Amino acid sequence: MSPRRIVIRNHSAEANLFARRTFIAFSGVVLVLLILFANVYTLQVESFEKYQTRSNSNRIKLLPVAPNRGLIYDRHGVLLADNKPVYSLEVIAEDVDDIKASIAQVSKLLNISADRQSKFFKSMKRKRRFKPVELHSRLSDQQVALFSVNQHKYPGIYVNARLKRYYPFSDLTTHNLGYVARINRRDAKKLEQAGKAENYAATYGIGKLGIEKYYEDMLHGTIGHQEVEVNNQGRVIRTLNYTPPVPGKDLTLTLDIELQMIAKRALSGKRGAIVAMDPRTGGILAMYSNPSYDGNLFVHGISTKNYKKLLESKDLPLINRSVQSGYPPASTVKPFLALTGLEENVITPKTEVYDPGWYQLKGLPNKYRDWLPWGHGKVNLTKAIEQSCNIYFYDLAFKLGITKISNMMERFGFGDYTGLDIYEENKAIMPSVAWKRARYNQSWYTGETLSVGIGQSFWTVTPLQLTQALTTLVNKGERKIPHLLKAKSELIIESSGNAYHQITPIEYEPRAPLKLRDDKNWDIVLNAMHNTVQKLGATAHKPFKGSTYDASGKTGSAQVARRKQGEKYDAKTTSENKRDNAMFIAFAPFDKPEIVIAVAIENVAKGGGATNAAPVARQIMDQYFGDRVITSKKRNVKPKIATDIAATPQEAD
Amino acid sequence: MRSTGQDPQKVHSIWQRLHIDVPLLLGILALLALGLFLVYSAGGQETAVVYLKARSIGVALFGMFIVAQIPPLVYRKWAVPVFVLGLLMLISVLLFGHVGKGAQRWLDLGFMKFQPSEIMKLIVPIMIAWFVSQENLPVKISTVILAFILVLLPTLLIAKQPDLGTSLLIASSGIFVIFLAGASWKLIGVCLGLASAFVPILWMFLMKGYQKQRVLTFLNPEQDPLGSGYHIIQSKIAIGSGGIEGKGWLQGTQSQLEFLPERHTDFIFSVFSEEFGLIGVAALLAVYLFVVMRGLWIAVNAQHAFTKLLAGSLTLTFFVYVFVNIGMVSGLLPVVGVPLPLVSFGGTSMVTLMAGFGILMAISTHRRFHV
Repeated sequence: MSPRRIVIRNHSAEANLFARRTFIAFSGVVLVLLILFANVYTLQVESFEKYQTRSNSNRIKLLPVAPNRGLIYDRHGVLLADNKPVYSLEVIAEDVDDIKASIAQVSKLLNISADRQSKFFKSMKRKRRFKPVELHSRLSDQQVALFSVNQHKYPGIYVNARLKRYYPFSDLTTHNLGYVARINRRDAKKLEQAGKAENYAATYGIGKLGIEKYYEDMLHGTIGHQEVEVNNQGRVIRTLNYTPPVPGKDLTLTLDIELQMIAKRALSGKRGAIVAMDPRTGGILAMYSNPSYDGNLFVHGISTKNYKKLLESKDLPLINRSVQSGYPPASTVKPFLALTGLEENVITPKTEVYDPGWYQLKGLPNKYRDWLPWGHGKVNLTKAIEQSCNIYFYDLAFKLGITKISNMMERFGFGDYTGLDIYEENKAIMPSVAWKRARYNQSWYTGETLSVGIGQSFWTVTPLQLTQALTTLVNKGERKIPHLLKAKSELIIESSGNAYHQITPIEYEPRAPLKLRDDKNWDIVLNAMHNTVQKLGATAHKPFKGSTYDASGKTGSAQVARRKQGEKYDAKTTSENKRDNAMFIAFAPFDKPEIVIAVAIENVAKGGGATNAAPVARQIMDQYFGDRVITSKKRNVKPKIATDIAATPQEAD
Repeated sequence: MRSTGQDPQKVHSIWQRLHIDVPLLLGILALLALGLFLVYSAGGQETAVVYLKARSIGVALFGMFIVAQIPPLVYRKWAVPVFVLGLLMLISVLLFGHVGKGAQRWLDLGFMKFQPSEIMKLIVPIMIAWFVSQENLPVKISTVILAFILVLLPTLLIAKQPDLGTSLLIASSGIFVIFLAGASWKLIGVCLGLASAFVPILWMFLMKGYQKQRVLTFLNPEQDPLGSGYHIIQSKIAIGSGGIEGKGWLQGTQSQLEFLPERHTDFIFSVFSEEFGLIGVAALLAVYLFVVMRGLWIAVNAQHAFTKLLAGSLTLTFFVYVFVNIGMVSGLLPVVGVPLPLVSFGGTSMVTLMAGFGILMAISTHRRFHV
């Protein structure tokens, strides 16, 4: 069938051919439809869950809601750290008709600087039109009021309130509480590593120092979420679900803000620190370091200028002297050394040393001087403490040797962290042979042992360490962990809707006690400290004259700068930063101590511990005891001790 | 063959007089109505969009009705001059055309803008059908080669604009004529071989950067999920998340929340799949199959080689729209701008498509009078 020769069309053949081809094409159509359907089937049935999930993650966003940070109170319920609303002025561009005119009018009304305005326009360009942009970050109360009255004129512009940390006592509590400040990159990284980043998604600040840092986890709370539906531009269409945040726990501290105020007043104009502790618990009653600074400055981001001022101040306000400064303890450690002597059996209460005003090691030319140029004459343990006789303690240190001293002092916690619940603590230095080898690669000299005997040489302590050691002493070996946190309180919401605060006191495990060979040794030393305050003519008698709570204590005057052999010290001719430090430790009442105190004052102009530091301790104790009159049972025993002393020749002080 | 066996009395019904093929019309109306509902859902539930769509449906239906009145053999007479005119217009588009959306597709005639490539969708099958039906079927090799050249001319001119979707549709319309005219399978094999050899040349020399990117994106959309892969990923999420029953009309989150791009135009199938699910998809594909079946039935029953070939080609090209559009939005094919026929929003392509259906109706209803 050659088509060329057929002139007349074979319609039937053509129709058949066409029908065949059409059928093939139709088969192709059906096949393609099946392929399309199979593909859609795969998407909608086989992979349904995968795409449903992706569709939901497209449209459902979790908006984090920051929890309210826990509040901090003092032991009597006075608020120390609050959350205060800070008002910002925000603008949603798409809701404002004439953005330029409105911003100009509002800026004129509220006196907003041109600088802030141009900053606003810049950040507006970077944001979507339905997202809020900040025009002013901290409105004053007047500005808030002024705007609120005029708000109706400015749709799309509104005041937004955010809670920010506020410390009502400002610099009075900064060294204890620390502060909250903006989460920086380093904080964010740490949170990431600890797996806490998610919980902080909406949080502005984080504890940077002190209690705020140490108890960050308790204070922060748990993030809440608003589950919203958004469109492709991120605009919120509606709220689907809301999980409220769980606020942080409120903390009650052991601090007494009134004692804290007295401490600040007593230290005003001086550089120094006070730590007062309840020896029955280890709770810190007052802890103040002067000068201090206002933590509120850091909450909003401190200006470079202000920060530089704090950083460069000669008085080092950023240092928390209570726990960070290592002071030579000077004579305040004499009771502890005496106890070591008794315990190591190198002295008895009756051991006497003759004090001609100086002490000399056999075969060495150096003379170690007493503070009293002509000496105290014959001195036993009690008198040595009462009068703070150096010669007695040079002799004692020589007899003990450095190793026995440092071993015992370490048991009192010197040279180590006390375990206080803030991170800023410094270990200070309890020197030993091994320490000197490690530190200076030098051997230990006996002369250094003598200096250690009067709390000098390399030995440094923090006021907190002194308080802790004294607590162990007045507790006769029972050791406490110093702490600031007294109780935590949590908001409990019952299913019935009842809400209440559940307060849980914090329990601190007591530490392994310091056991002595003979428990009588405690009393000997404590009695001597009692005499130091109570006995006429003893070193700390004058500052506590007329007090009614039966205090005991020990003074100290620490040499700060090295002096040449035989050089005389005169505060007036010594440059300020090389003058002596004044130290004092005290406790009261004698029978059942309720408060122990350590005071350190730097570079005093005149006198020593008794004239500078002891009055500070007294002011705090006066405040603490108020009108209470406490007499000691020990007073009845006193004559007996007095006769011991009476056996020795009395010296003027 | 006259064996369709219709009673002359019935054939002369009112629909016959109006030159309307009722089954075809019903299929078309079903698709147009669906389009109205979907455009409302995809267009942010605004009645203005629906009104526009309704207006272009009205215009298109009227156009179809007018075209249906023209006896089909008239086209045969005018095939050559119209084809030449079309080619000239395509050339002038390239020379003085109006640039819109990065492509040169429009010709500004002063009183209206005009897209010659659209009208070529009809002219090319008419021209090729005329050309191959000059002689007896099946077509000879020499005729096939010449026909191919005739197809290639407008195809390349349109591809140059660039408008890959339209040139693809025009090429198919010509090739369908040649296939239906009985080109030998050997020849088809050779052509397919040549075409695949042409792919690297196309890639290296003819395709523009963005077109290559589309193909690369098609091969691996997740490579750039927020950039070029965004459309196809969001489209697959929309389809997949519809499941068997769909999320319900106006309830598709992918489309209502605007994650889906080009919702009321090229990606309307994704909106449909999300809201009506696999059941809806099956129904929609069934309607398309019905329209194609009816079109092919008209072709088989047409009385001239020319009308058979023309009707077959128009019907199959209509199906190419369906295949390319659904294939591209569901990730089977790279994204080329082809709408879902009769459903997508967009007047121009619908008017052309409806004119094509007008020709089909003319072929279906005029045959008795032009034996």
